[in-house]
Amino acid sequence: MSEDKNKNIQDINTPDDKFIHPENKPRTVISPEGEEIHIEPLRDYFLEKRPEVIQPKSDAVEKFLNWARAESIWVLGFGTGCGSIEIPPLMTPRFDAFRYGVQMRPTPRQSSAIIISGYLAIKTLKRVIRVYEQMPSPKYVLALGSCTINGGMYWDSYNTINRLDHYIPVDVYVAGCMPRPEALLAGFVQLKKKIKEGRAEGANEYAEKFDWYKGNQKKIINDWNMPDYNW
Amino acid sequence: MNDIIQDITTRFSVTDIINKRENLTFVTCRKENTISLITHLRDREKFTHLVLLTAVDWIEDNLFQLTYILNNPTKKIDIAIRTMIPRDNPVMESAHRLWEQVATYQRELKEMFGIEFPDSPRLNEPFILEGWNEIPPYRRDFDTKKYSTETYFPRIGRGTNDPEEYMKSKLYPNDPTK
Amino acid sequence: MEKIKNIFNWEPDRSLYPEKDENGNLIVDLSSQKFTKVWHGPNHPGTTGNMAIELTLSGDEVVEAKTHVGYLHRGFEKLMERRLYIQCFPTCVRMCVAEPDYNEYLLARSVEELDNLEIPETAKWLRTLVLEMARLQTLLRTVPGQAGTLSLGMGVQWGVYLRDLVLDLFEELTGGRVYHMYIIPGGVRGLLPDGFKKRMEDVLLKIEDFIVRIDNLIFKNILFKKRTIGIGHIPAEWIDKYGVVGPNARAAGFKRDVRKDYPYLVYDQLDFDIATLTDSDVYARSLIRRQDLITTIDLIRQIMAKMPNDGDIKSPTPNVLHWKIPKGEVYVRSESSRGEYGFYTVSDGSEYPRRINLRGPSYTHAVVLLEKLLINANIADVHSIMVSLQTCPPEIER
Repeated sequence: MSEDKNKNIQDINTPDDKFIHPENKPRTVISPEGEEIHIEPLRDYFLEKRPEVIQPKSDAVEKFLNWARAESIWVLGFGTGCGSIEIPPLMTPRFDAFRYGVQMRPTPRQSSAIIISGYLAIKTLKRVIRVYEQMPSPKYVLALGSCTINGGMYWDSYNTINRLDHYIPVDVYVAGCMPRPEALLAGFVQLKKKIKEGRAEGANEYAEKFDWYKGNQKKIINDWNMPDYNW
Repeated sequence: MNDIIQDITTRFSVTDIINKRENLTFVTCRKENTISLITHLRDREKFTHLVLLTAVDWIEDNLFQLTYILNNPTKKIDIAIRTMIPRDNPVMESAHRLWEQVATYQRELKEMFGIEFPDSPRLNEPFILEGWNEIPPYRRDFDTKKYSTETYFPRIGRGTNDPEEYMKSKLYPNDPTK
Repeated sequence: MEKIKNIFNWEPDRSLYPEKDENGNLIVDLSSQKFTKVWHGPNHPGTTGNMAIELTLSGDEVVEAKTHVGYLHRGFEKLMERRLYIQCFPTCVRMCVAEPDYNEYLLARSVEELDNLEIPETAKWLRTLVLEMARLQTLLRTVPGQAGTLSLGMGVQWGVYLRDLVLDLFEELTGGRVYHMYIIPGGVRGLLPDGFKKRMEDVLLKIEDFIVRIDNLIFKNILFKKRTIGIGHIPAEWIDKYGVVGPNARAAGFKRDVRKDYPYLVYDQLDFDIATLTDSDVYARSLIRRQDLITTIDLIRQIMAKMPNDGDIKSPTPNVLHWKIPKGEVYVRSESSRGEYGFYTVSDGSEYPRRINLRGPSYTHAVVLLEKLLINANIADVHSIMVSLQTCPPEIER
C-alpha cells in the first residue's frame, strides 16, 4: 500500500505530465475476475458495436411502458432550421406544450424525441445523426415542414437534403412552411397515439436497416470523420 | 460628392461613373489601383464604414466583378467601387489590413467563388461548406439543380411546372388563343 | 477593508497564458492540460440559431474564440439566380427567420429602383407599418431574451406571449404568421382590415404595461446589473474598424440609424428621436433595445394616426412572368432591429436576377467582433455577450 502511494507521488512529479491527475493516467488495472485491462482514461471510447433490435417485453409490460413513454416526451432543444422560431411560442403560456407532457432537454442523453425543425444543411445533418445515435432507445423523430418531406422550397439547393427518411427514421411529419404551433401540438398528439399503439419503432427500424441508412449518410457526407456508431 | 468623384477620376483614372442616386455612385477601377483607391477614400475622404464586399460572376466575358461599397457616415454618401478580375486566374490583392471584417468576406469569396486573396488571414479554413469537392458553388457554371437531383434522393412524384404554362392551363383551360 | 476589496478585484495571472508565435497566433498545447477546448453550440440552448463558438479556456477564462457558421446554409444567392424576380419573394423572406419583412421590402425596393417604379402613398405607409411591426415582434423576443441568457426566464415568457399577439395582427393583415410576403414590387397586397387600428392599440397598451414590468424585473434587478455592467465593452474606435452598426453602435455613442440618416418610405414625415448611450457594454446595449421598443410603439401610433385609410395600394407593373428588369446594379438599405440591413442587386437585363447579395449586420458582429470581445471573458458571460450583439446566423451564411 505504502509503495503504491509513493509511486503515485513520483508520477505526479514527473515533469512532462505533472498536470495529469493520477486517475487520468494510462495504467493497467485488474478486474475482479483477475483479468488485466489496459485503460487510457483520456482517450475517447466509442461503442463500435452495431445497434441491435430490442425485442418487446411481454404484452402487458410493454403496454405500461408505452403509456409511460407517451406521457412524458422529452424533446432535445436543437433547432435545426427555420421551424425553431416556433418552439418558444410552443413552450410558453399561450400554447403550453407542458400540458401534453412535452418538455425540452438540453442534452441528447436525456431526451427521447428530436424535432427536426425544417431543412437540414449537410453540416447540420452530420450533427443530427450523431445526436440521434447518442439518444437512448426508444427514440422518436418529429419532422417539421415541407423541407423534410421533399425538400420544400430548397428542393434544388446544393446544400440541403431533400428527404429526411433516407437518413434517419421519421415517426411523424408535420406539413407546412412553417407549421403553426397548433400543428406541432397535433403532431405530438399523433406521436403519442403511435407510441401507445406500439407503432413508433424508429430505433428498431434504424438497427434493422443500419447498412442502408449508413450508406445513404456516407454518400452525401464527404468528410466522414466520426465513428460509425456511438452511444 | 461630385468633387470627390472628380478628384479620384484624376488620381486613379476611374471609369464608368454611374450616379444611381444622389448619395450612391458606382465607379469602375483598374485592378492594380483598387486597394490604393479604397485606402485613399478611407483615410482622406473619411469613407470609414465598409458596407460590403462581394463578387459577381460574368461568365460571358470571362470576368469576376468585385464590388466594394464604402460609406461616409458624416456626409451620408456611398461609393461603390467595381473592379474586374480575370476568371481563369482570379487573384486579388487583400484588403484585410484596412478593416477587420474584410478577412471574413474574403474567406467567403474564396469558398464560394474560388477567388484567391494572398496573405489574408484564415483564408483556407472552411467557412460555410464542409467536405465540398465540386467547383465553388456560386460560380455560374455550377448547376445546383443537377447536383441536388443526383445527390439527395429526390422524392418521386414531385414535379415542377413552367409558371406561365401552368397558369394558362389552370386559369384558362378553354382559351382559344393558346 | 482594503484587503476585502482586493479579493474582489482579483485579476487572474495572465503570465500563464499561451505564448504567441511570430505571426501573432497563440500556441495552444492541449496535451499540457492547461487549456480546455469547449464547443459552445451548435446544439446549445443558449444560442440563437445554429452557430458554434470554439472556445479555448484557461480555467474559466476564454483565451481564444472562433466562430463556426454554415449550419444553416441553403445557398439562397445561388437559388435566386434561377428564379424569376417574383419567385424570389417567397425565397428571400427565409433569409432571416426572426425578421422576414425587411428582406421583402429591400428586394421590392431594389426592383423598383432598377426599373424606376414609383409606389403609391398608401402603400408607403402600409410598408412602414409592417416594417415597424416586424421590429416590434423581434424586440419583444430580444429585450427579455437578454435576461433569459442569465436564467431570468420570466421576462421571456411574457415577451413571447406578447409577440404572439403581434403575430396574430400580422396574420390578420397579411395571412401569414411568420412569413408574410406582403410587400411586392409596386406596392403591397392589401389594405388594413376593419377594426385593425383598435386591436393594434389594445396590443400596444399591453406592451406598454409589459415595459413597466420588465423594468422592475430586469433593468432594476441588481443581479442583472452585476452580470452585465462592464461586460463585453466595445471601444468607440472599434465601431468603424469592425463595421459595427445599429443598436450596438448607438450604445457606444454613435448616432447612426438608417431611418434618420437615409430616410426611406415615410420616415421623414414621422417624428422620432434616436437614443444613444456611451457605456457600450451589455447593459447599455440592452437599454438601447428597450428604448427602441418605446420608439417603435410611438412610431406605430403615429403611423396609425397619419396614414390614409384608402387609396391605391399598388402601381401597375408588367406581367411578372415576363418582367425584364433593365441592366444595372443598386444597393438599398434599411434599419432592421439589428442595424443596417441591405441588398446589393445586379441585373443583367433578363427575367432572372444576376446576383442578389445580402449585407447583414450579424456578418460582422457575430464573426470578427464576437471573436475579439470574448477574449478574457468569463465562460459564463459568453452567451450573454453573444445575445447582446443580437446575432442572427441565417443572415451570415444565407
